[in-house]
Order: sequence, then C-alpha cells, then structure tokens
Amino acid sequence: MADQGSAGSVPDFSFVASGPGRSHADAPEQEGPASVPPGNPSVTALWEQFPDGVLRNRVCAGDEDVVYIDPGRVTEILGWLHEMPDQHYDHLADVTAVDYGGGRPIEVVYQLWSIPHRAALRVKCELSLDGLEIDSVTGIWVGADWLEREVYDLFGVTFRGHPDLRRILMPDNYAEGHPLRKDFPLRGRFSRAEQTRRALTQDPEDYYMPGEIGERTPQLVGSGADGGHEVVGSGPGAGGEEDDDGL
Amino acid sequence: MASSTVEYAVGRNPEMGPAGTPVPSPLEPFDAPEPELGSQTMLVNVGPQHPATHGVLRLVVELDGETVVSVVPRLGYLHSSFEKLGEYRTWNQIVTLTDRMDYLAPLIYNCAYVMAVEKLMGIEVTDRCRVARVICMEMDRIFSHLLWLGTWSIDVGAFTPFLYAFQQREKVYKLHEALTGARITTSATRIGGMMADLPEGWTKGVREFADNLPATLDEVDTLLTCNAIHIGRTQGIGAISAEDAVNHGLTGANLRASGVPYDVRKDRPYYDYENYDFEVPIGCHGDCYDRYLVRMEEMRQSVRILHQALDHLPGGPMDVEDPRVSLPSKTDCMSDMESMIHHFKLITEGIPAPAEDCWFSVEGSKGELGMYVVGDGGPKPVRWRIRPPSFVNLSAIPKLSEGHLMADLIMINASLDIVLGEIDR
Repeated sequence: MADQGSAGSVPDFSFVASGPGRSHADAPEQEGPASVPPGNPSVTALWEQFPDGVLRNRVCAGDEDVVYIDPGRVTEILGWLHEMPDQHYDHLADVTAVDYGGGRPIEVVYQLWSIPHRAALRVKCELSLDGLEIDSVTGIWVGADWLEREVYDLFGVTFRGHPDLRRILMPDNYAEGHPLRKDFPLRGRFSRAEQTRRALTQDPEDYYMPGEIGERTPQLVGSGADGGHEVVGSGPGAGGEEDDDGL
Repeated sequence: MASSTVEYAVGRNPEMGPAGTPVPSPLEPFDAPEPELGSQTMLVNVGPQHPATHGVLRLVVELDGETVVSVVPRLGYLHSSFEKLGEYRTWNQIVTLTDRMDYLAPLIYNCAYVMAVEKLMGIEVTDRCRVARVICMEMDRIFSHLLWLGTWSIDVGAFTPFLYAFQQREKVYKLHEALTGARITTSATRIGGMMADLPEGWTKGVREFADNLPATLDEVDTLLTCNAIHIGRTQGIGAISAEDAVNHGLTGANLRASGVPYDVRKDRPYYDYENYDFEVPIGCHGDCYDRYLVRMEEMRQSVRILHQALDHLPGGPMDVEDPRVSLPSKTDCMSDMESMIHHFKLITEGIPAPAEDCWFSVEGSKGELGMYVVGDGGPKPVRWRIRPPSFVNLSAIPKLSEGHLMADLIMINASLDIVLGEIDR
C-alpha cells in the first residue's frame, strides 16, 4: 500500500485478533418474532406467515437481513417469497454453501433480490453433515439449475428434485470428494503421483463420446477416498439410441 | 477381420427393361407422404478449443440437419479453484486471484472484491478512492465490451470492427500498465484504498481515451448497425422474454436487452452512482441484435460517467487512515518502533475481519457480479464466493439456442458475452 505520510500516528494494537482460539463472535441474533428489527418488511412477514418455519434472523454487515429457515420447508418458504406480490423476490442472485469446518452444519445460502421492490434478502438453511439433502428450488427459479449443481459438486449437498444433478466444474468421474469442504486438503486427497497416474490412465472417450446426451453413466476411475459419488444420469435423451462406439 | 462383399449393379441401366427397352420411371403421386429422411440426429462436439467458443467452453450439440435440437454445455476445463485458494490466503492476498477470473475486466473484479471486504470490516474509503474506483470500473466496462465487440464482429463475419475495437483496447492496456505495471493482471486495489495513487498524467490519458472512443463507436455503428448481413444473422435469434430472462437469472446487458431495466448501479447504488448522470439502455426484443445495441449504448454511457468522474476527482489521500488496515509510512517504520511493530504485525498476521458474512454486488461488465465473504474473526476468509455473472448467463444457452441453426448458436454464444475464467473459476 502506498505510504500514508501519517507521521507520528500511534498505532492501536487492540484490534489484533488473539490467536487461534478466537471465539465465533456472537452477532445479535433474535430468537423470536418479538424483537424483529423494523428494517426489512419481508422478515416480519416471514415471521408472521411461517412462525415455525423461520428459525431466527439477524442483521449482517450493517444492513443485510439474514433469515434462517427450516431446511425441510425451503421450497414452500422460498416459493412464497417468490409468488407473493408484496414480496416478489423474482431474481435469485446466488445459491451457494458455506462449510465452517469442525463438524458444524453446512449452510446453504440463497441470495434473493426483488427487482420491482428493490429489496434484498439472504435466506440460509443449515444442514447437518450426516443429512446433506435439501429440496431443489429449480421449480421456482430455473436459474438455480447450475448454481445447485455447483453446490452439489463442490460441497456434496444433494438437491432433491433437481432435473440434472451432475458435477459441473470437476470431471464427472472425479473420485476425491467435494473440494470446497473444509476437510478437503488444498492439493486434493490423492498424491500427485496418483493424480498423474489417474489422469494418464483415463479413457479420453469418457469425455468425447457422442452419446453423452443419452443414458450414459461415466465410469468412476477407481474408488475414491470417500467412496466416490453417485453420478446421476441426465435421463434418456433423443440421442441415446445412437450410443454406438463406432463414431 | 470380417470381410464383406459389396455387389455393384453395373452393366445394366436401371432405367432399361430386361430387353433393353426403356422403362418409364415411376411418378410418385402428389399426396404421398414425405419420405422419412431425418430420423436420426447428429451430435457435434463444439470446442473446447475453438475460437467461436471464446475460451475453453465445450458445447455438445445435437443437430437435426442444421437445426439445434439440444445443447449440453460442459464446463470445468479452466477450473482453478480460486475459491478454495482464497481460504488459504489473507484478505489482501486474495486481490491477486480476482483479476485472473475475468481477465477482460480485471479492475472491476479487483474493486468488487475489496468493496465487499470493506463493507464486512466497516471501512469507508476516501472520496478520492471512490471516484478513482469508479473511473477504473467504467474504463474496464468499456475494455470488456470492446473485446465483446471485436469477437462478436468476427463471429458475424466482419473483420474490420475487430481491428477498430482492439486498437482502442490497446489504449486501455497502456492505461492499466501506467496505473499498475501490468496489462491484464492488475491487482490494483487494496483493502482501504488502492495499490498506489494515480500516476502523474494518468487522468489525462483516460480523458484522451474517453474523448476518442465515441468516434470509433460511430465507425463500428456505420459498419454493423444497419448492415443487412449483421441484421439477418442477429435479429430474432436467441430471443428470450423478460419473464424468462429474470427467471433464468440473467443479468447485465443480457437481461436489459429483454426490457428489464435492472442495473445494480441504479437499483442498489454504490459509490455515489446515483449522482452520476447516465442512462440505462434497454432493449425490447431480447434477441442477439438487442444485446448488441444495448452494449454499444452502454459504452457511450460509460464514457459519460468517465467524463463526470474525471471532472470531479477530488484531491486528498487515496488510502484510508485506519490503523486496522493502513500501513504506516516507510519513514515512520525506520524511525519509530511502534510503527515498525505495527507494520510487521499487519504484514505477518494479516487484517482481521469480523465473524460475519457480507454480500456485495456491483454491476460488472457481464452482469451482476456478487462477492460473498464470510469471516471468522481471523485474517483469512472462511468462505469467499463469487457470484459469476457469465456462469448464470451461460446456463440459459440451451433455452436460447434450441430450434435455431448451428450458425445461430455461435451468434447466441457471442451475444451472451461470457468469459471462461470466471465461469470455471
């Protein structure tokens, strides 16, 4: 950074974080509808409409409303937010997940924006590590298709009812797990030698066969450290009948 | 090897009878059903290494004759796991990862990232920095749109606009180089300010670029906008209704071409964009041609913003005076023990961010560019997520291109203005 020219300013050290034992600083969290801040009318409306579906809400980074909801009712609540004319969150900006590590639940984060009302809302669902399943919202926003595939690919969260749940950024036969999980080492689960060996022994036709629109399940190369993953086929397509190896 | 015999019907004219007498060829009655010809579709693999895919995108296209039946995009060839890498870096070190994603508009990414982190940490940057970042972002919006214009015209079969566009891009490259020392990987921003103050005479160079650009745009206008071939290739191709475009998550020029006036600069203004006088162009058909018109007009509007920002660029310090993030001056470090310790701790430990999450989106050149940062009180992020606009825009390509011709698929892909570095991350 450029020099400040702040001669003689006494630095203040009180801000320096104190080592690895940092506590997860508790932001003000509301555990009931009584103390909902008046900021976002959607939050109040959610509390009224779904008193048992909304778990808690908080305000982050000054002005961002975050609502934690019951993962089992995600399509119901998000569909309500999408359909109701006074909510009308028609733009699903983002679907992502956060893994905090240490066995804590993985959060699936929906970032909503209402184009007519110019309002933002962040909806979170917490999924425990032994039940990483949630309903897909592709029926509400088609744009969630690839975003959910990415969460599935990188975090291993299964979206029930997704029309085409396959890996999207990693190869179909990637056997090392889900890379954005905190327990996934930066360089992958296999050694470099093993990764190279697998790359060399891969059948290029796994990627270049013309029949992949049809019912073709990519082969897993070996068994992964986490037992690999299920590859969900893309369903019978019009090109399935010509899945001949001749090309 | 199995052998097979092929019988050739030689020596006998099929239109001759056995005795050599001519046989009239049978006439088919008019009401006979059409012969069944196109019962099989063909799969064509487009990419991953083809200029028309604008990177390493691979499209598996199912064709019925020349008509596209379905498109299956395959991604990941450029996957660099930037988000995972970010979790192993301090907040300031991540800046260098951001411009590798959208190398067509690196400064927008640099700025968007630090703006998100600054919001998370509650830092207000100086007035000079705000305006300087607006200049950087608008300049790179033009920079990215010019590349789109060049490749778009190549895809439509026009070569000259490509050269015009890249001539102007070269000037932005030079401005990048003067500002940061790098032409593409700028890494110009830091949390709380910029890498350095604007160099001497740099604003003059930006002004010159902004003055000269409209003449180039006019020239391209005369070459393309009323060109019959261009219109024939793009009008009515890849159209999407406003409702569908919103539902598919399209943003940026792709959404505005369908008539939805959603622009983050207007709808959720940041950095005083509400005080700049500019308009948001929208289309009405949502086809490739409207996307072309919208982007051409956006460049002109960005020139307007550039002029206003340059007029109002205030003096004063570029970096914020916040001991949490700003380094003490070199002179202080050499003469003052506390300053030296402070400097050492900031560099070795990094800057702590609160245990909160923050979403910040800007209007990038490709669409709404969102940054989602999650801190845990430490100097590294728990999660750093980019909402990639071209990723979501590209996911609509199967819907946009089905039923069109193979050649139209190339135009639709060009009209979406994707960058694979950001899609694959």
